[in-house]
Amino acid sequence: MRKHLTDLMLVGPAAILIVVFIFMPVAIVIVLAFTDYQFGASSANWIGIDNFSTLFGSKIGRKALSNTLIYAAIVIPCSVGFGLLVAIGLHNLSKTLPRISAILRTVYFLPVAATMVALAVSWQMLLHPSLGLINNWMSMFGLQPQRWLSDRDLVLYTLAVIGVWQSVGYNMVLFLAGLAAIPSTLYDAAEVDGAQSGWAKFWIVTWPMLGPTTMFVMIVTAATAFRIFETVAAMTGGGPAYASDTIVYALYREGFVYFKAGYASAITVVFFLALLLLTAIQMLIVERKVHYR
Amino acid sequence: MKLSNIIVVGALAIGAAMVLLPFFWMISISLKPQGEIFTADLRILPQHPTLMNYWKAIVETDIPLYLLNGVIVTGSILVLQLVVTIPCAYALAHRDFMGRKLFFGAIVAALLVPFHVTAIPIFIGFAQLKILNTYTALILPFVSTAFGLFLLRQAYAQIPDEIIDAARVDGMSEMGIAWRIGFPLCMPTVIAFAIFSVTAHWNDLFWPLIATTDPDLATPPRGILFFRDQESGDDVGPLMAGAALITAPLIIGFLMAQKRFTQGLASTGLKG
Repeated sequence: MRKHLTDLMLVGPAAILIVVFIFMPVAIVIVLAFTDYQFGASSANWIGIDNFSTLFGSKIGRKALSNTLIYAAIVIPCSVGFGLLVAIGLHNLSKTLPRISAILRTVYFLPVAATMVALAVSWQMLLHPSLGLINNWMSMFGLQPQRWLSDRDLVLYTLAVIGVWQSVGYNMVLFLAGLAAIPSTLYDAAEVDGAQSGWAKFWIVTWPMLGPTTMFVMIVTAATAFRIFETVAAMTGGGPAYASDTIVYALYREGFVYFKAGYASAITVVFFLALLLLTAIQMLIVERKVHYR
Repeated sequence: MKLSNIIVVGALAIGAAMVLLPFFWMISISLKPQGEIFTADLRILPQHPTLMNYWKAIVETDIPLYLLNGVIVTGSILVLQLVVTIPCAYALAHRDFMGRKLFFGAIVAALLVPFHVTAIPIFIGFAQLKILNTYTALILPFVSTAFGLFLLRQAYAQIPDEIIDAARVDGMSEMGIAWRIGFPLCMPTVIAFAIFSVTAHWNDLFWPLIATTDPDLATPPRGILFFRDQESGDDVGPLMAGAALITAPLIIGFLMAQKRFTQGLASTGLKG
């Protein structure tokens, strides 16, 4: 009896909080997704999959989904690619110029630790149509100044560049860890086998050995890209004309600006399922311990 | 120095300059007098650098209040997280209780749930309890941390049973073992988790945007947006000074403890 009391004291608070703040909300949001509940309303009607058909059927809903996918399709390869390039450069440099390598590494990681909203305010000034440094430079080189954040054909790509800017340093750190774990004997062996150039060694040793790291980095980057919210909320509000609307921003707007809790719950469920799918892929890969050969 | 080295350093330096650009521009504008900001003749560096904008941001705006709110909210979240998580992590690693396996499975499942997914029901619940627009609303949802439980359980599991048994023989209470024996031994993990937690909640915009409308409760990211939207564009200098001030604590922390920061953020899968 005494033992049970102790267990309860140690585990109870954490267990209750996990149930109340994670499992119950997940169950509730799934149920709400099939209703027309509005915040503050005293009742709600069961409307089946109407919310989901609105999301996938309406122009605005589809725009949020496709914008998120386009954003992810740009950010994932660019951020992973640049992260890998920077990591390889810094890794090689750390043998010959360790001090410079360490400083550059610090610089690349800065955006990860920084407060994104504050930096978004700075980006806004950089990209300002008339007072911004970027357009100033553009016209100096004889290029047409752009409305980076208010041109509906451009805004999503602007946000994607900022997304890459923000996440390269994180991916670099993961790749650096992966590179450090490759035993140098493998490079010696490759050399014996006739791989002389750095290029040949990269394809024979580095790339295959980094296979699991690369997969992991891609999944993590994808999960982050799908969550894009802060830059949208701070810089564009999803506009102009929903051109930079994304799935989490749509969730926020429909739920907490328009108070359509049912519809926002449906968006939440779709968002959740997409992330679960990513996790499933990740687990499948980890299970097989993929090494690309 | 070999030619290939020069090329590599050059390419990396150009990349680094692009990474630094928004930081640099933020600080440059924050040091410019107003006349140098609103001009067609744009200069990279301030010609007559001044701290006036920082003075204005600190004295005439609510930036200090936002910083204080940030300290209150992130500090309370971290302390409560540890109070709840440490005893539980200890029990999961070193005690046999009913449903332990099930509970650990539940924690792993909870790891899959991003906060965004739980926001709507928590908002409804808080509205019912009439605690929206309070510090409680900003703090409470994050006290339960599946991630912290998972991370700290792994750390407590590293502690040899002999140490725990010896403490029990000495008559120490279980709560005492968790805190006085386990906590110091798990310090590296605790610090990594603390860095993760503070960074995540200092920088968070999503939940403060939802849970509070009262500017007096604004955390730093929420506050800087309030400030920007009020100024309607003619007080850019103080705005940039404010942005620099709210970014400064984490950047300074990172520069002082780079290894721990990188570990804390990289090992934990936090991004952005």
